[in-house]
Amino acid sequence: MIKVENLVKAFGPKLAVNDISFTVERGEVLGFLGPNGAGKSTTMRMITGFIPPTSGRITVGGHDMLEDPLPAKRLIGYLPENAPGYADMTVHGFLNFAAELRGLQGEARKQAVGRAVEQCFLQNVLYQTIDTLSKGYKHRTGLAQSLIHDPEVLIMDEPTDGLDPNQKHEVRGLIKHMGENKAIIFSTHILEEVEAACTRVIIIDRGRIVANGTPAELKARSPEGRLEDVFRAITLPDTVKGH
Amino acid sequence: MNSWTNIKAIVKRELGGYFASPIAYVFLVIFLLLAGFFTFTVGSFFERGEASLVSFFTWHPWLYLFLVPAVGMRLWSEERRLGTMELLLTMPVTTWQAIVGKFAASWLFLALALALTFPVVVTVNWLGDPDNGVIVAGYVGSILLAGAYLAVASMTSAMTRNQVISFILSVLICLFLILAGYEPVTGLLSRVASPRVVEVIAAFSVMTHFEGFQRGVLDTRDIVFFASVIGFALFTTGVIIRNQRAG
Repeated sequence: MIKVENLVKAFGPKLAVNDISFTVERGEVLGFLGPNGAGKSTTMRMITGFIPPTSGRITVGGHDMLEDPLPAKRLIGYLPENAPGYADMTVHGFLNFAAELRGLQGEARKQAVGRAVEQCFLQNVLYQTIDTLSKGYKHRTGLAQSLIHDPEVLIMDEPTDGLDPNQKHEVRGLIKHMGENKAIIFSTHILEEVEAACTRVIIIDRGRIVANGTPAELKARSPEGRLEDVFRAITLPDTVKGH
Repeated sequence: MNSWTNIKAIVKRELGGYFASPIAYVFLVIFLLLAGFFTFTVGSFFERGEASLVSFFTWHPWLYLFLVPAVGMRLWSEERRLGTMELLLTMPVTTWQAIVGKFAASWLFLALALALTFPVVVTVNWLGDPDNGVIVAGYVGSILLAGAYLAVASMTSAMTRNQVISFILSVLICLFLILAGYEPVTGLLSRVASPRVVEVIAAFSVMTHFEGFQRGVLDTRDIVFFASVIGFALFTTGVIIRNQRAG
């Protein structure tokens, strides 16, 4: 479903993403791991068509994101970092707006909004404006927005950020469940999350893929069988990274 | 195919955004108070003893100078500040649909503000026998003028996430658009430059092109002028957004 080939993104002289290639098929949940500033968000922004790559190719469901972005974008549900939302809109209004831009009208829209509200437990805040929401609710509103059209491809930048342990558990369950018939990419800092929800893991460091495999494969690389040890062994801490 | 639906959804959201907060009402009240003040006090509507709205329209370029950038300054800066731009532009929506939708919503809002000045039309018709054709032309010119300023504000608001900077930049550009054809300035210019040069500079001014409408003349050249300012500024908005995304 998602095919990324030799993706490069340069911001001035700095290579934020340096020659990344991978594919994600339907039924796969890909966990994106990496230290802060490794290029996870930049990669996701390119896949979703928000920023153009310096070079490389992205296809989603067979549609080239650069040459034919609209059909590609239609297939994607996207939760950007920090789950942005229009501060002055109510949750209900916001989800309706998202549904409308996804081409859902009338009864279909009503149903889609109802389903997303249920999936993300937003019933209690439906008519509250987004700027009055707690971080957890705001995040779930963003999540609901990304699920509104039941997309085939789901891309989520830190979907469990700011959620309490119960909500984290719910969202992981949701991701795992949806992963059965969607292609999902999500980034996270939480290693246990990867083990709980992913079928495959990619670790990115300084714009490059440094590991790609199933959680079990990666864990096998460490003598103690812990993902954390593997992560720390192959990525450099921020303090050493300076140029 | 569904570009119209997309634009409509964006227009609806933007207009809803205005009225969800007190901004819209505050703006409407201030606009109407200032329009009245300029027309009746500064423009001496009654003392003129004339059944026309000259004293109403003549102040619009100055009235809009601050009020239109105040409406337009949030168009894109707010999207950038909230991060919703990433959301909006990863939807199956083209950049130009988003630009046109946001612009159209604010323009409609300004049109509403302008429509609420109808009591002056009623008043002048009550007191005398004005040429209502001239008044209609004045309104057409006024809404085009507001559109031109608004497109400039859309452009400056795409440049920065700071609404204050966006406001100041668009006021400056609009001020230039006024002064290039403002009589005291053109008078000053003609002392140092040839009449031909002054004429060329003045051709860039909204004053030059708004004047015809006030006299009741719908000149194609004036309409083309305002349409080109709007087109150019919105196109530039698109270029700015594209460049920002490219990083």
